Amino acid sequence: MTATQPILNVSPAVSDEVRKTTCYMCACRCGINVHLKSGKVSYIEGNRDHPINKGVLCGKGASGIKQITAPSRLSQPLRRVGPRGSGAFKPISWDEALELAVSWMKPLRETAPEKLAFFTGRDQSQSLTGFWAQGFGTPNYAAHGGFCSVNMAAGGIYTMGGAFWEFGAPDWERTKMFVLFGVAEDHDSNPIKIGIGKLKARGAKIVSVNPIRTGYNAVADDWLAVTPGTDGLLILSLIHCLLEAGKVDLEYLAQFTNAAYLVDATEGPTKGLFVKNAESQPFVIDRRTQMPAPWDGKGVEPDVGAVWQGHRTVFQHLAERYLSPDYAPETVAETVGIPAARIRGLAAELARVAFDEAIVLDREWTDFRGNTHKTMPGRPVSFHAMRGISAHSNGFQTARALHLLQILLGAVETPGSWRMKPPYPKPVEAHPTPHFEAVPGKPLSGPHLGYVRSPEQLALKSDGSPARIDKGFSWENPFSAHGLMHMVIPNAAAGDPYRIDTLFLYMANMAWNSSMNTEKVMEMLTAKGEDGEYIIPRIIYSDAYASETVAYADLILPDTTYVERHDCISLLDRPISEPDAAGDAIRWPVVEPDRDVRGFQSVLIDLGARLGLPGFVTPEGKPLYRDYADYIANHQRRPGVGPLMGFRGNGDQVGRGAPNPDQVRRYIENGSFFQAHVPEEAAFYKPWNAAYQDWAVATGFYESPQPYLFSLWSEPMRRFQLAAEGHGHPQPPDHLRARLKVAMDPLPLWYPPYGETAGEAYPVHALTQRPMHMYHSWGSQNAWLRQITGKNYLYVPTKIWREQGFRDGDWARVTSPSGTITVPVAHMAALNENTVWTWNAIGKRRGAWALDKDATEGTKGFLLNHLISELLPEQGDGMRWSNSDPVTGQAAWFDLRVRIERVEPEEIVQPNFPTLPFPGGRT
Amino acid sequence: MTQLPATTGKKLGLVVDLDTCVGCQACVTACKGWNDQGYGVPLSDQDPYGSDPSGTFLNRVHAYEVQPEAGPAQIVNFPRSCLHCEAAPCVTVCPTGASYKRVEDGIVLVNEDACIGCGLCAWACPYGARELDAAAGVMKKCTLCVDRIYNENLPEEDREPACVRTCPTGARHFGDFADPDSKVSRLTAERGGFELMPEMGTKPTNRYLPPRRKGPPEAASPLAPLLDIQATGFAGWLDRMLGKI
Amino acid sequence: MHPAPSVILFTVLSGLGFGFLTCLNLGLALPQGIGGFLAFAVGYGLAVGGLIASTFHLGHPERAIRAFTQWRTSWLSREGWAAVLALLGTAPVALGAMGGARPGLLGLVAALLCLATIGCTSMIYAQLKTVPRWNFWTTPALFFGFALTGGVLLSDLPLAGEVLSLALAFLLAFSFVRGDRRFAEAGATLGSATGLGAIGSVRVFEQAHTAGNYLLREMIHVVGRKHSRKLRMIAVVAVALPAPILALLPDGLVAMIPAVLFHLIGAFAARWLFFAEAEHVVGTYYGKR
Repeated sequence: MTATQPILNVSPAVSDEVRKTTCYMCACRCGINVHLKSGKVSYIEGNRDHPINKGVLCGKGASGIKQITAPSRLSQPLRRVGPRGSGAFKPISWDEALELAVSWMKPLRETAPEKLAFFTGRDQSQSLTGFWAQGFGTPNYAAHGGFCSVNMAAGGIYTMGGAFWEFGAPDWERTKMFVLFGVAEDHDSNPIKIGIGKLKARGAKIVSVNPIRTGYNAVADDWLAVTPGTDGLLILSLIHCLLEAGKVDLEYLAQFTNAAYLVDATEGPTKGLFVKNAESQPFVIDRRTQMPAPWDGKGVEPDVGAVWQGHRTVFQHLAERYLSPDYAPETVAETVGIPAARIRGLAAELARVAFDEAIVLDREWTDFRGNTHKTMPGRPVSFHAMRGISAHSNGFQTARALHLLQILLGAVETPGSWRMKPPYPKPVEAHPTPHFEAVPGKPLSGPHLGYVRSPEQLALKSDGSPARIDKGFSWENPFSAHGLMHMVIPNAAAGDPYRIDTLFLYMANMAWNSSMNTEKVMEMLTAKGEDGEYIIPRIIYSDAYASETVAYADLILPDTTYVERHDCISLLDRPISEPDAAGDAIRWPVVEPDRDVRGFQSVLIDLGARLGLPGFVTPEGKPLYRDYADYIANHQRRPGVGPLMGFRGNGDQVGRGAPNPDQVRRYIENGSFFQAHVPEEAAFYKPWNAAYQDWAVATGFYESPQPYLFSLWSEPMRRFQLAAEGHGHPQPPDHLRARLKVAMDPLPLWYPPYGETAGEAYPVHALTQRPMHMYHSWGSQNAWLRQITGKNYLYVPTKIWREQGFRDGDWARVTSPSGTITVPVAHMAALNENTVWTWNAIGKRRGAWALDKDATEGTKGFLLNHLISELLPEQGDGMRWSNSDPVTGQAAWFDLRVRIERVEPEEIVQPNFPTLPFPGGRT
Repeated sequence: MTQLPATTGKKLGLVVDLDTCVGCQACVTACKGWNDQGYGVPLSDQDPYGSDPSGTFLNRVHAYEVQPEAGPAQIVNFPRSCLHCEAAPCVTVCPTGASYKRVEDGIVLVNEDACIGCGLCAWACPYGARELDAAAGVMKKCTLCVDRIYNENLPEEDREPACVRTCPTGARHFGDFADPDSKVSRLTAERGGFELMPEMGTKPTNRYLPPRRKGPPEAASPLAPLLDIQATGFAGWLDRMLGKI
Repeated sequence: MHPAPSVILFTVLSGLGFGFLTCLNLGLALPQGIGGFLAFAVGYGLAVGGLIASTFHLGHPERAIRAFTQWRTSWLSREGWAAVLALLGTAPVALGAMGGARPGLLGLVAALLCLATIGCTSMIYAQLKTVPRWNFWTTPALFFGFALTGGVLLSDLPLAGEVLSLALAFLLAFSFVRGDRRFAEAGATLGSATGLGAIGSVRVFEQAHTAGNYLLREMIHVVGRKHSRKLRMIAVVAVALPAPILALLPDGLVAMIPAVLFHLIGAFAARWLFFAEAEHVVGTYYGKR
């Protein structure tokens, strides 16, 4: 028989049209090709030309098509008609909705602007939302960084003027050893996966330090199952080993860090600050002359070993501290849960790769001192970390410790190591300080968020009480650069530091997985005062989907999906740069909404105009912008600098130039992004590279070159320590002095996370992470993704599994100092033996997200949030101690300690809550 | 037609690198997305927002835990899809000739117009590569994106399966195993690519690359201290340290 | 494997039908006139009814005619041909029988076609390496055993019925016990399925999907061990019961009806277990059998 195969058309038309825009299934911002057939989205794939994803797309991105048609999409503005939390709404028109919002907000602006708290769950469009809040005049504005990873951001900026997140990257092409600390699947997701793929293709070594061996850690060549919250101690022990063996890059330290600065030894208010010259500049001792010399003088060779008039260098303080036996592997092994030999082994491997396998690029460059270097030597060791080490109450100091380790190895901004992405490097000094003074009818004098250098820059009222509702930039958390979104509702409900009137939230699921202590937060949102009114009188919420939080709002402003609106991924907030290029991008409506919804940014601009906020109205009081697209093209933050850097002026100006009305169209033609490439001689040593500094000024990142030295010793931190010791003004409240003295140490240190105070009754660490196919996604109700992960288990390590006599199918009761949950368990051997964990945010409230009331997300899925309090257990002093990092206010999610007991299998997880109806009913 | 071709011109297939796959599920949904609108009927979902959702997927990623004799347990992410076997049992059992292996490139396909939905091919497959679509009543399986790899409407660089194109870590490779110089053949040779369930005698085309050896370096020596700090004190250490500049 | 009622109904009934037709074609029973018509009608009814039931599980029964095309490789296709030929070949024998003629050579040919049909049906299962319990000589032996025993019982041949019932009960019991070793013999483990066995022992950490799918519904059916042991006992006893019934009760319908009934109960129980206990190797990927 002759085979007669069907004749196939192997070249079918793929689609009618491809529209290139930017993904928003998470915070990664990949380029996507949206295919359309008959005007409907038929297929979404990665854009090969795009700098972030280079054609690839993750599990979320490729499922975006189901997000566009999800039944959970809100379809019209809604006004609450039943009690809060009941989910009873009536549809209203956009005009009614906006007028209502204005009628609530306008009187606040005229009398007490701080009574409006505006917080956005997404830090996209932050330059617009922040600008709006600034115009309104409320100090109460931030995005979600405070409960996400501000420790990583602040730790990086205060130490080296750059941070991990997506603001830097290993030199994937050259690095030979990549060390990953903690869960890091949260940001920069496709670039890191692409990078790991490059390392794997070359057979380069990946080491993971993580209690849980999933995801990136699963492919790591070596795994250290560190005890949660002890990474800092482990890192300092590695530093101990390197110093002991003399394996640090002294020349790098001398040239590019403050290692050679002299630390004032005089007892009194200047002790521990840098010794300054007559111009109030720190200086160094020149090795050639043994005399003081300017830190940035041409030809100066800073001496890290100098002693001058009794003042010793930063390097000496640092070496002395970490050489102490307190940091010896043998001392720390039990605490960190890793044998001393393994710690010494890792240190030796780091040293071997950094120094014995050093690489040199034959590229000439000139530094800020005017010295020309023939080559660019590099240390091919790179690191990355995110939430894993960040979400602890010692996370800031741990992040600092990790950056110190990088710097001691000469492994920042050198070939083969870790590189910053423009507009970084950007030192603390180039960032604003916080602005917070609310004046009725007036805008704030500057941006809300910034980097505090000294106590007098704290956001305190004249009576010393916090100016912000989240107590950001207060003595409780002086460097809270991203605010503390997780404290807004608890503080507002407690009237501490004051009451607010209107809470305005965007894409923030505060009544569910974005809050600690979810059940209590629901109570706070529905709590009434003696007058019968809600304690938080008004809540406005914007979201595209029927999330759990919708039920708790009084007014719903329905957003579009990400393919139905304009967006701007800007160098003014969170761009899509790569180490070799600055980059920004847009989204545009590749399809029109089929519902009565509006893009949130356009709504915000409309509200700004209706409220007459500066920057949103013409001198005649008319709306300044038609919509967000109009704003993107025409808004100027500084003369010639706007949201987008590409196609400015006549269309060929980059970075600086007059607004170009054609700009958005040009972006669309260019695949919805733009890149400005870093010149080759400027590609490394950026903080000190004159060519880079000049390029950065030309591209509009700053107005003059900003070379700086890395802060091994942090003078801003020492200023707070001095205050805690009783020097200067303002002074911290007495109950915070002891804590500040420890937490604000100018050299990285480790202290036990505050979660340890739970005590021996709670011997087990409990962690969460989101699966890669749902991280930072607003789409875990997605029809495809929920088939992959529609319920979660508490993973239990072998030791506890056996102790408790668990078997497959069992459930457990898990108890923390603040709550109890009853949930299904599963066994996992590749796990730190004292740690349990689960996938986060799989559990949903029944009825939310338009899922069936019996969907497994509601019956078998669960949150650990119920076990985590936003406050530490009462300490008998009447104080509300926030469960946050004492430096930045970062929510200490991962400090959680629990105990676990086997129970008979249940039908439904506990706690469980009444089923939510679909808001506004089905149309 | 259900007779297997004696030989095929090419032997197209995939190499899946288990040392590199991080289990991100990108290939799963990219496959679903392309094939929902590509070859044959869409990949339907039943009760997609309900209490018992289920749907047709042509590629699934499992996660296994491997406990070596020494050292800690490892997690291995494991994508599973059609292996386009040379001795494909799913083809020969088909009563209607709907299942066939292409002579020119060895791709195993289902001609959905001829499929009666009896399910026997899925029974014959050891790998669970075939899922009967509950809405359309026909058998669905990986087509190796036959409607992409030759598609002249796509740019040449995109003529590869959707799962390969989307894989962020580059853990999936597509090529011709009949060509000893192809990337897939070289990777298989260099990295010890293996077949799944060889005991089933299906002679799979696809190969899996094993995870590399894990653990600390075998021949590592700890760092030698500069000197005995206890004896010399910090000053002695500093002198030795700075002498190194 | 999922014990689909349609497939259980099909294999039991058509097996019984073709078994009975085999006996009739061989002239082991010689009903004539209206009795002959009824006997062949029962045989046809069972065989055709079973075949129709088998189409219930098809996604596209309207295309069933295509199933005749691939007889060169497919046992399912061959079964279709064999069934049609057997039913056609039996027709002249049936007509002859009604007229009082003995089957003769034509009957022998028709009987062989009926046996071939039973054989093809069994081979649909026995050929599957992926289901080691089926992939063994006991599968065709059982299919022939059930078909012929049932046929003999319907043919009212007490002695043969007694012998065959007992033999079938032994065969069934043997197949249960022996079948329990088949999966291990086939050698498919999670180690071989993933190739990770070379590193160490492999277990499922996370399922590829928490939702259901075709594979889990169709190929991964987990029966409780206690439940299956009870059913096995019932099946073996029910299959054996016709022997004492036929031995103790007087010949004729009084014995035949309960004998056939118990045989059928045994057949259905055995066939349910045949599917439900059959472990597909794909289950290894899910850590389930």
